[in-house]
Parts: sequence; structure tokens; C-alpha cells
Amino acid sequence: MMHILHKYQYFILYILFSVLMVFSAQQEWINAYIQLVIMYIGINIILSSSLNIVNGYMGEFSCGHAGFIAVGAYVTSVLNVWLFASDRVFGPAILGEYWALTLFPVTLLAGGLIASLVGLLVAIPSFNTRGDYLAIITLAVNYIVKSAIENIQIIGGARGFMGMRKVVNAMQDVWDIPWMMVFILFFTGFTVWIIWRFVSSTYGKGIIAVREDEVAAEIMGVNTRRMKMTAFMLSSGLAGIAGGLFAHVLGYINPGSFTIMKSTEVMVMVYLGGMGSLSGSVISAVLFTVLLELLRPLQVIKWVVIPLMLILLMMFRPEGIMGNRELRDFFPKHDKK
Amino acid sequence: MTKNNESLMSFLQINNLTQRFGGLTAVQDFTFDLQQGVLPGLIGPNGAGKTTIFNIVCGFYHPTIGKITFENQSIVGKRPNKITRLGIARTFQNIRLWSEMSVLDNLCISQHANLGYGLWDAILRTSRYQTKERDVHQTAMNLLEKMNLQDHAQNRPKNLPYGIQRRVEIARALATQPRLLLLDEPAAGMNSKEVEHLIELIAWIRKEFDITIWLIEHDMRVVMNVCERIIVLDFGQIIADGPPESIQNDPKVIKAYLGNIEE
Amino acid sequence: MDFEILIQNILNALQWGSFYALIALGYTLVYGVLLLINFAHGDIFMVGAYVGFFFAILFTGNSFIQIPFDIPLWLVFILTVVLSMIVTSFVGVTLERVAYRPLRRKGANRLYVVITALMCGLILENANLAFFGASRRMFPELIDKTIYTFGTISISNIKIMVIITAIMAFIILELIIRKTRIGMAMRAISYDRVAVPLMGIPIDRVIVFTFVLGSSMAALAGVLFVTAYPVLEPYMGAIIGWKAFIAAVVGGIGEIRGAFVGGFLLGFIEIFVAAFFPSTFRDLIAFSLLLLLLSMKPTGLFGVSRSTKI
Repeated sequence: MMHILHKYQYFILYILFSVLMVFSAQQEWINAYIQLVIMYIGINIILSSSLNIVNGYMGEFSCGHAGFIAVGAYVTSVLNVWLFASDRVFGPAILGEYWALTLFPVTLLAGGLIASLVGLLVAIPSFNTRGDYLAIITLAVNYIVKSAIENIQIIGGARGFMGMRKVVNAMQDVWDIPWMMVFILFFTGFTVWIIWRFVSSTYGKGIIAVREDEVAAEIMGVNTRRMKMTAFMLSSGLAGIAGGLFAHVLGYINPGSFTIMKSTEVMVMVYLGGMGSLSGSVISAVLFTVLLELLRPLQVIKWVVIPLMLILLMMFRPEGIMGNRELRDFFPKHDKK
Repeated sequence: MTKNNESLMSFLQINNLTQRFGGLTAVQDFTFDLQQGVLPGLIGPNGAGKTTIFNIVCGFYHPTIGKITFENQSIVGKRPNKITRLGIARTFQNIRLWSEMSVLDNLCISQHANLGYGLWDAILRTSRYQTKERDVHQTAMNLLEKMNLQDHAQNRPKNLPYGIQRRVEIARALATQPRLLLLDEPAAGMNSKEVEHLIELIAWIRKEFDITIWLIEHDMRVVMNVCERIIVLDFGQIIADGPPESIQNDPKVIKAYLGNIEE
Repeated sequence: MDFEILIQNILNALQWGSFYALIALGYTLVYGVLLLINFAHGDIFMVGAYVGFFFAILFTGNSFIQIPFDIPLWLVFILTVVLSMIVTSFVGVTLERVAYRPLRRKGANRLYVVITALMCGLILENANLAFFGASRRMFPELIDKTIYTFGTISISNIKIMVIITAIMAFIILELIIRKTRIGMAMRAISYDRVAVPLMGIPIDRVIVFTFVLGSSMAALAGVLFVTAYPVLEPYMGAIIGWKAFIAAVVGGIGEIRGAFVGGFLLGFIEIFVAAFFPSTFRDLIAFSLLLLLLSMKPTGLFGVSRSTKI
């Protein structure tokens, strides 16, 4: 019994933590603002750790992450509003409220899936292109996605899309608990779990080999093309899920939220945390979100302070908070053989 | 020392290999039949095209003209990782270990061709993953132990002395479980003692793993001690091909490369 | 397409492309010498426009500092351009000194310098926003706009000036790069950064010179841009900067001819796409085309591929 508790300790701790969070929210021990910050932290953890796969572990310079967030946000939102809410454009809800709750994870995953397919637009050029040229391609894809959305009038184009509030209300009509908090806690844990499992396996370490020396990796038998595809698709897919969650927390999305500025925010988190460190991405996501909130009264100066901090970071500690080490490296297991 | 005299299967067969880079012809009409179990050496002045040939064989370059078959399968045009899966491995002139990862990881990752599990197994940690991953680690550790490198398993290559790094690089190539191993100037930068060890290492690898080795080398102590057949390359063309004794005395070779050997 | 409409579009494309070309030249110069994508460059363009704006209203007596005499408008224009180029060069060089050089000294990974550049750009944009507010400014009219018409084709003197300036800038740059010693030093550094200082070439001075050139080009583009389209806002450099950067890469980053051609290519694509499709499709199609071009020729039109040797 103790053995099981020990083996799954992190898992159990996380579940306890999540239950505590949801309960506190439900009882309103923590107010709506704090709940919002916690949800943003979760979303940012997903964003920064997903980008870390490509920019950190695989050592590329992808500057268009916001494009994938947008895809997930729109796909999930449109599906949900179409199916579960009555809306001027799509008409009455096709499926009832109960379905909103059960199918929300499905539409979220659908958004992630489509986003991962869009990730192919970057993955395939990456077979032959590296470095600065690939950076351009990621930039261009970000722009193309944003532009494409702006041109699809039926989902609002540049004006934006809304209706997600009704979907969340539908879910709460079935059981009145803070569902978005639940889903975010779940998918944040899910993301960290998937990424950790991937990069700690010998299979996943292939992407680190690609970063360190792609030629050697290829010649030592690593299928570098498949590794790149896997990394990009996993990264953009998870970003898409974050997008779907983001859309339903906000209740309204528009293409203007998914520009290079957003991509830059995510990059700041990755480099702050340390390229190739999952715990670094988690820590920096928390710090960054909190910092943004603390600096809120400064308004625009906030966006002078943050880049300045990153510049200082580059000068004095470019490897970020964690470098490429994990929290685990500081607390070695005692029973390791 | 050929294995099966009646075997119809050729091991490595290179026919009329020519490699041009723009206006430069690096390799010209190179034809070579490597028999399994024989250890040939490829020597010649710098820039003769030796490493280029290795690069072509392992798939990094696609030859301008020429055919290469390995165990009767054509390998021209295949991606390098596929060629590795067919059984050809190599080491590099400049050490190309993955310096941010441990020595153990270096040897695990080079087993990608034989992992036996995929993405889903890794994420779900299926029993297939557990077994195969354990095997991978075991294979890596065994190899390190055999080559007396086990103490360095957790070290990062960038912190290790040059001689040890060279051995790790060879170990990594061996981890891909090849049948043909291309060694590109393994003695580069080594002192006399290390060269002696290298000669012993090569002999040991042949016996222990039953691998055919093909060697590029400048250090004549290694070449003369270890190679059973020597091909001499100059300006991309073969100028001599034969056993060490005849190469040593070949005037063309002496003029182009060897000078007078008094070893 | 009607011939006259075609000519009109070509002229518009040439003008629009001139801005991209001037900015792209700056990107390429710095990249060629430092292998650095100076992501702050688009915002240098913005700084050039704003500095020009402040000089313009100063000399036309519209600012709170009153000058005691009247300056003819054409002189104001020339002063604005020249002074903006000088001041903006200072800004560019300061960036290099304060942000990029320390990292270069430490031998930091290129990536860290690129991130720093990105952050500098953000600081410039948001500092502008913070200190001068979000309201747009109108650039005073310094040049009497005359429109010449040939049939249904019309072109203003401003447009002509922009195009000619871009071409002259390119020619002057080519001359500097190919005929002067410092230009030769710039080319040498782009081939081999390590050996050059060992040969006695003052690498820091050459780099400063490169930034001066690049920033001046951007400032020139900035002032010309607000002369043609007199609205200034803090984020004006961001979009144009990113697009010019893509144009520079498509042309072949590090090659001046590439930047020049790439800039005009982007101008042509944007104008002609807008001629045939609704304007909202402009960015979408332009970027898709550029993406296609890059996938066909990954090192850009004039770029030289640097192959790995193993």
C-alpha cells in the first residue's frame, strides 16, 4: 500500500491539490480574480511547456506559437457554440446541455488535433531548413493563420467570435461547479505528464540528439524526420488545447489576440524557465503570470519592464532559471540504485 | 579471412562511384568490393576524398554517379538512418558526441534503430516499453563495461578527456549493432600509448562482435598493424590496391603519400 | 488587366516596395556582418519616423519650442531627413553597444542575442506607447504634393522621390560594400568572424559602421513613409518590420541584392494581390506565396547555402 502511495506520490498530490482548488473556488474562499489568475497559470504552463518541446528540447527557434493557439481556440469554440449553444449564426443548439459537459474534452482534443495538423506546415519545411530560415517560416505560418481567420466572416472574422460563455453556463446547469477550473487543472496535469513521459524516454531523447547534432543523430539511426514531426505536432497540438481552454475562460476571442506579441510572451516564458527543462517551464509560467498581474497597475510600462528583465536574464543568466536541469536533479531519489 | 567462400552474397559492393560538388570532382570512378570479415584500410593525402566516400556510403551524400549495394541491397538514395538500420555504422573524424547528454544516454539513443517501441508506448509506459527500455539500458551498460567505460556512464562527454571521448564514440557506433563499422581516423590526436590501445581495441572488436571494419587512417602504425588490404586514394582516384607489403613498396604510393617508411 | 491600371499598380508597387527594400537592406547588412537577426530593426524604422516628426514640428514652429526664424519647407524636409538619420543611427548604435556587444564579448550563443534584439524592439515600441501615449500623430505636410497624370495613370512627386531614393540608397550601399575598404571589411567579417580581428581589422568599428548604415536606411524609410502616409503610431514599425524581414530572407539574407529585390518583390505581391482580391486577403496570400518561395528555394533568391561539412 505504502509502495503504491510512494510510486504515485506526485499524481496523488496533484489530485489533492486540484480538489482543494476546485473546492475553494466553489465555496468562494478564493475570489473570482484569484480563480482567473490560477486558470491563467494553468494555461500558461501548457503553453510554455509545449513550446519548450520545440524551442528547448529540440533547439529550434519557433516564433509563431500563437498561430497554433488560435487554431485550437477557434476550432473548439466554433464546435462548442455550434453544438451546445444557441447563436445568431449557427442557430439553436444541436445537442443539449448534458452533452456540453461530456463532449467538452472531445471538442478540446479536436481543436488540439487540428492544431497539430497545422503544425505540419512547420514540421515539413523543418526537414530541410533550420535556424533563421525556419524561424521565418514559423512567423509566416502565424501570420497566415491569423489572416485566414480574419477572412472567415462566418466565425466573425476580425471582429471576433463569442458565445463560449453560454457553453460554460450549459455545463454549470448540469452540475454547478467551476468547470473551467476543473478542465484546466486536468489538462495542465495531462500536458506535463505527456511531455515528461515523452522526453524522459529514450525515444523522446532523440529530439535532444537532433538539437545537439542532427547529422550525428541521423547517422546513428535516429529517424530525424519522424522526430521533428512528432515534436512539432505534439507542441502545436498541446498549444491548441490551451487555446480552447483560453477561449472558454475569456468567453470571447479575436484574431488580434494571436499575433507575434502572444508568441513572444510564450517565448519569454520558455527562455526564462530554461530551454529543455520541463520544471523550468512550469516555474516560469507561474512566475510570469503572477508577475504580469503584479505589474498590472503599471499598465504599458509593464511591457517595458518585462523585456528589460529578459535582456538582463540573457546577459547574466541566459540559461534561465533551471538551465536544462530538472527539479529532480536537486532532490535525488534516495532509493535510486 | 573470408567467412563463406561459396557465399554469393556480396557484403559491400561499390561500383564506379563518382562525386562532384559543383566544379570539383571529389571522388572519381571508385570501385571496391569489400568482403565480409576483411579489414581494409583507406589511406591517402588530405583532401583525397576518403571521408567523402564514407559520407556517401553512410548516406549523408548522394553520389553523382555510382552504385552501392550492402548485402545485395542498394543503398544509394536511402536516408542515413535507414542505412544504419541495415547495419552500417560509422565514427567521425571530429568527435560528434551529444555533449549535453550523459555517455549512457549517448549509447541509448544510438539504439533508436532497434528500440522496438514507439511514441504511444513511451507515453503510456506499456509493458512493451518497460521491457524494451530496460533492454536498451542493459545493452548500453554492457557495452560500456566491455570497453571499460562504465565509470563514465553518467558523465557528459564535454567533461571527459579526448582519448575517452574517442572510445565513447566508437562504443556509440557499436551500440547501433552494425555488421559493418566505418572508422574515420580513430587515431587522430592520440599518443603512442593510446595508439597501442586502439590497435588492441580494433582487434578485440572484430573478435568480440564479429563485425567487419573499414578504416580510414593516417597513422601508419595502425594501418600496417591492422589492415589486411589497403586502398590508396589520391585526388579522388585509386592509385593502388593490395596487401600492406605491396603498398609499402609501391613507387606511386611512396611518391604521392608515404615517403619512405622506416617503421 | 487594363494596361493603364497595370502601370498604375506597378508604380504603386514600386513605391510600396521601396519602403520594404530600405528596411530589408538594414536587416541584411547587420545579418551579413553579425549573423544576427536584428528584430529591433522594424522599431528603428518607427524611431526614425518619430524623430523625424519631432524635428519637423520643431522646424515648422508647431512645437512648444519656438525657433526665432522661418525655414522654407523644402529645407525643413531635408533637415528632418538628415537629422533623423543621424539621431536614429545613435539609437541603433546605442542598442548595439548596450545590448548586443556585451553578449558578443561573452561569446554568447547567437540565440540569446536574437532574443535580446526581440526584447529591445518590444521596449522601443512600448516605451513610445508609455511616454507619448497611444494617440496617433499627424506628420506635417512638408512637400507640396503634385500629381502628374498620364491618361488615367497618376503619380505624385512624393512617390517618385521614394522610388528614386530607394534605388540611390541601394547603389550607394553597393558602392560602399564593393569599393571601399570598410565595405571590404564588412564582407570579410561575414565570411570569417574569428580570423578578421587577427588580421588587424577593428571589428568593433566595422560593426558600429554597419549599424549606422542600417539604422540610417531605416530612418530614411521612416521619414519617407510618414511623408507619404502621414499617420504615426507606436506599433507602425512592428508589422512593416516583420514583413521586411521576411522579404530580406526570401531575397537571401546577407545579400544586399537579395534584400533589395526581396523588398520590391513583397511590394509587388501585396499591391497586385490587393488589386485582384479583397484587401483582407492581402496578408494571407502574400505570406503564403513567400512561404512557397522559401520552400522551393530555402536559402532565398540570392542566398548562398552554407553546407555542413562532416
